[in-house]
Amino acid sequence: MKGAALAFLVRLATGVRLAEHLPSAEGGRVYFANHSSHLDFVVIWAALPAPLRERARPVAAAEYWESGPLRRWLASKVFNAVLIPRDRARMKEENPIDRMLKALEDGADLIMFPEGTRSATDEIAPFKAGLLHLATKRPGVELRPVFLENLNRMLPKGEGIPVPLMGRAEFGEVLEGPGEGEDKAAFLRRARAAVTFLSRGNLTELSDEGS
Amino acid sequence: MKDPELLALLGGVVAVLVLSSVVTAVLCRRGGETPTLINLRQRVRAWWWMMLVFGGSLALGRTGIFGFYTLLSFLALREFLTLSTTPRGDHRTLAWVFFFILPIHYLLAWAPWYGMFLIWIPVYSFVFIPIRSALAGDTENFIERTSRIQWGVLTCVYFLSYVPMILSLKIPGYEGENAKLLFFVVLVTQISDVMQYVFGKCFGKHKLVPSVSPSKTREGLLYGGLAAVGIGTALWWATPFTPLATAGMSAMLVLGGFLGGLVMSAVKRSLGAKDWGQGIPGHGGVLDRLDSLLFGAPLFFHVTGFYFGTNMTVAYPRPEWIDELLHLWMQH
Repeated sequence: MKGAALAFLVRLATGVRLAEHLPSAEGGRVYFANHSSHLDFVVIWAALPAPLRERARPVAAAEYWESGPLRRWLASKVFNAVLIPRDRARMKEENPIDRMLKALEDGADLIMFPEGTRSATDEIAPFKAGLLHLATKRPGVELRPVFLENLNRMLPKGEGIPVPLMGRAEFGEVLEGPGEGEDKAAFLRRARAAVTFLSRGNLTELSDEGS
Repeated sequence: MKDPELLALLGGVVAVLVLSSVVTAVLCRRGGETPTLINLRQRVRAWWWMMLVFGGSLALGRTGIFGFYTLLSFLALREFLTLSTTPRGDHRTLAWVFFFILPIHYLLAWAPWYGMFLIWIPVYSFVFIPIRSALAGDTENFIERTSRIQWGVLTCVYFLSYVPMILSLKIPGYEGENAKLLFFVVLVTQISDVMQYVFGKCFGKHKLVPSVSPSKTREGLLYGGLAAVGIGTALWWATPFTPLATAGMSAMLVLGGFLGGLVMSAVKRSLGAKDWGQGIPGHGGVLDRLDSLLFGAPLFFHVTGFYFGTNMTVAYPRPEWIDELLHLWMQH
């Protein structure tokens, strides 16, 4: 209930529409998207239909979300984030991939941003290997690309006040897992291309009717 | 808002909507679900909602109406600036536009402090916008970016705010009845849109400016426009005008609506889009519905003021508390 109301408010404030027709995935799913704003995962979360939204857990940097009571509360109680360390020393103790796999095993869907960090430009940075590791270690998982439009204009990196423009979360077709003999870099390029494909210009235009 | 004539206008619109719903249902049953009919059904359904919200704002009185148009300006500007790609350097400027310039403008309109209402956007804001963007230090496409933001504010905020401003027009012998005039302006403009659409669909042969708007035809403009002027003139009893003057004002609204819509269509296409948004099913965005009011409303307001010789600056001077502040300042 609380989640549904919050999701509605987020959609109202960001202009992002509910992805009503998105089917659910049996063997778990990873949503992967371009990353340019703090709003990104909230927007994907809010765009999901209720049953999918309840299963979705964002993958986020532990260092950031563990600092301060508000962030801790948001990460653990509201969004139920899978927190992974960025710090190399800490990574040895708590393997990020294991944490994500554990969450998938527990029946969650993951929201992740393979660029690793928010991009400061309009470009989508090269993808990091986490997505590949998930896909190889858990071949049944569905890889679903998402393109987020305009969120970098609404709340760019380094700005505190969001501007109320309209954003868009475009969900794409399922990405095939890494193929036989496909090398690491090629798969990550393919995954990145699946996201950029969803940007405006590659999609079919609506028919010209009236107004 | 217990004016019986206003209720008659509202009732008339509801009757027309009932008729349209019935006709659409019959057409759909007989003609099957063609894209045009589905679009028509969506449009009629959306008209019901828009009528409900617009009527609701009228029932809330002056403050309700100004609140409603503040929201409309906000939504329209949001659509406008979403399509006009602005870079990082404009982020703070946009925050000022949405959260300061727009609300202050509507506050001035609501007060009303007429002199300041007139120049708050064209003078103060238009001086501020380029300054704020220049301070951010990004010079790329500076003039295009600044003009886009200024144009968005001019049309979506300044021009649109003339619609509720009609409530403040001083017209001798028409005091307290201005809500009907506001209704008249919105009604004639929107009916003209609908008539041009309907006549264009039925008899449209010669496209006027196909590169800007493929649905605007010579036949649609001529027949639809005449029908709208006819309907407008038939409502002369609700306006402060004589029947002949009502016909003239209706014609101005029709032309202003047509040309305003055409210009906004050109703007939209230059920004690379077909619709301003998807907020209203069948219609597109909020701005797709409001575009025809943007040019008509300020023209209507000023021509009406001119016609009745109203001196608005004298009628609505600056608030007394500002006088008092200035007075205190002088004494020191």
